Amino acid sequence: MTGGRKLLGHVALLLPPFGWLTLFYLGSLFILLLSAFWQVDPMSGDVVHDWTLDNFRLLVSDATYRIVAQRTIGIAALVTVTDILLAWPLAYVIARKVGPRLKLTLLVLVALPLWSSMLARIYAWRLILGHDGVLNWFLRAAGLPGQSFAFTNVALWLVFSYLWLPFMLMPLVSALERIPASLLDAAGDMGATPWQTFRTVIFPLAIPGMAAGSVFTFAVTLGEYVTPMLVGGAGSEFIGNVVYANVGVSGNVPFAAAFSMVLLVVIGAYMLVARRFGAFEGA
Amino acid sequence: MQDNATTGAMAVGLSGLTKSYDRGRPVLKGIDLEICPGEFFTMLGPSGSGKTTTLRLIGGFELPDAGQVTLLGRDVTRLPPYQRDVNTMFQDYALFPHMSLRDNVAYGMKIRGVGAAERTERAQQALDMVHLDAVSDRRPSQLSGGQRQRVALARALVNKPKLILLDEPLGALDLKLRREMQVELKRIQKQTGITFVYVTHDQEEALSMSDRIAVFSEGVIEQVGTPQELYERPASRFVARFIGSSSILGGEHGCAILLRPEDVRMEPHGYTPTPDEDILPGVVEEIAYLGPVTRCQVQRMETGACVTAMVPSRTARTLQEGMAVVAVWAKDVAYPLPR
Repeated sequence: MTGGRKLLGHVALLLPPFGWLTLFYLGSLFILLLSAFWQVDPMSGDVVHDWTLDNFRLLVSDATYRIVAQRTIGIAALVTVTDILLAWPLAYVIARKVGPRLKLTLLVLVALPLWSSMLARIYAWRLILGHDGVLNWFLRAAGLPGQSFAFTNVALWLVFSYLWLPFMLMPLVSALERIPASLLDAAGDMGATPWQTFRTVIFPLAIPGMAAGSVFTFAVTLGEYVTPMLVGGAGSEFIGNVVYANVGVSGNVPFAAAFSMVLLVVIGAYMLVARRFGAFEGA
Repeated sequence: MQDNATTGAMAVGLSGLTKSYDRGRPVLKGIDLEICPGEFFTMLGPSGSGKTTTLRLIGGFELPDAGQVTLLGRDVTRLPPYQRDVNTMFQDYALFPHMSLRDNVAYGMKIRGVGAAERTERAQQALDMVHLDAVSDRRPSQLSGGQRQRVALARALVNKPKLILLDEPLGALDLKLRREMQVELKRIQKQTGITFVYVTHDQEEALSMSDRIAVFSEGVIEQVGTPQELYERPASRFVARFIGSSSILGGEHGCAILLRPEDVRMEPHGYTPTPDEDILPGVVEEIAYLGPVTRCQVQRMETGACVTAMVPSRTARTLQEGMAVVAVWAKDVAYPLPR
């Protein structure tokens, strides 16, 4: 009796969020999936519900889209590697080398930019990288030749790396914090030099943290379209920008849906890989 | 020089070790100690007495503010842990969670470049010795506390070090398992002849396992000696209180005497002592039935002096709290405490 009532209570609790998710989230995803197999009538511009694989055929045959996909995945991967390299020294210091007060200060400093608008921060980079921007003032003052990174893939790489760094840093800090000090003592006790200890104990135990961070640096970068629009150049379109253009400008929702499916598959596959490396285990 | 260092040198030599942590709180106030090769040596003391810090200084996990650490005659005071021929069994076992038991045990060999085949074989042998060879592919998280403890032991033994440091290794085990492991550790120590330096706050454990014991209190060593010496001839009130239970009575000449409860017997009110005996007439304050023996506390109301007696339970049946009795002991068992 009580068991049955308890179950009923659980169902009642779960029903609203579950219904919401099914209807609006999974439902819209399902329609997206369907519409990827529809087409646009070339004369009227209306979406017609005739099944076709043309959208996917175009994606594979047209080199432009292949290049866009490669660029999107390539920059996302580069951003991930960059953020891992940038995050490690700082995370290590925060997690293992400083006292509790300095640790808190550093963590707040890392998180501080997240309270300001992302748009404002991206525009700030335009001011830094622009032809007459802050970076060039300093370079010229130092007698060095000015750079012209603005509106290039380099700018995109820099801005993405900056935007997602805190999201790599935080899980890495928490992974490093959770390594008991006695494990490091034990490694040294058995003859491991500090570098060997890092390689055989600290680094492997930090992999789940890096995997969790890469969900942001890689998977979220993949789906981005605002940053490429604001700091990228003519040759910096991401998959998201192509989707945006097809939905808004040319009204080709089926093609946009097909390209989105590619993105979803890549992200889905990446999530599986990240899970294997322990990205979602404990926090 | 090298030869001189390995023949007849002390396994561990500590001289004048001091150590303070942040804010200048001194943890060690000058530790001098010599530990012989092949000895089962225990550092005993309450928590915060400096015993674990001393162990960490021997292992090289921390550096002393002043003083010297020698291992087999070689000065290692400033050497990092990986340059000391010492292996440690940590209080929390410190097993690597991302490695199988076999890889945990083989870790030191892998670091030193021992070939894979030899590594696996020796790790397997070491696990065999602690009866875990059948599960050597498992991860530490799949083991019970007692099993983890045995892996840690195998890992400390497999490299055949001259010296093993053990930091309260049995602290997390239940009583029965603890007793078993005490016997096991002692057996392995005898078999291998490796010097064991063992840290514990459990005096019973220290007494039953050790060849010699150093008693720590507030950053100094109160006394070093065999279990018998410490129990029968404690050098201070602290040692007398910490090891075994005891009653301390202020003697006639301001000198305190120590009585062990098993040396005290109970007689009815009005008992006349023989010339070889001393007595304390009083009332029974407290009775605790402990199975084979019963512990009674007798207090003399006028002076507040207190004596604890441990009497066979069969002879204690008539005792009741509040009863007037006489606590009796032979004069020669009363040990005058120094200081």
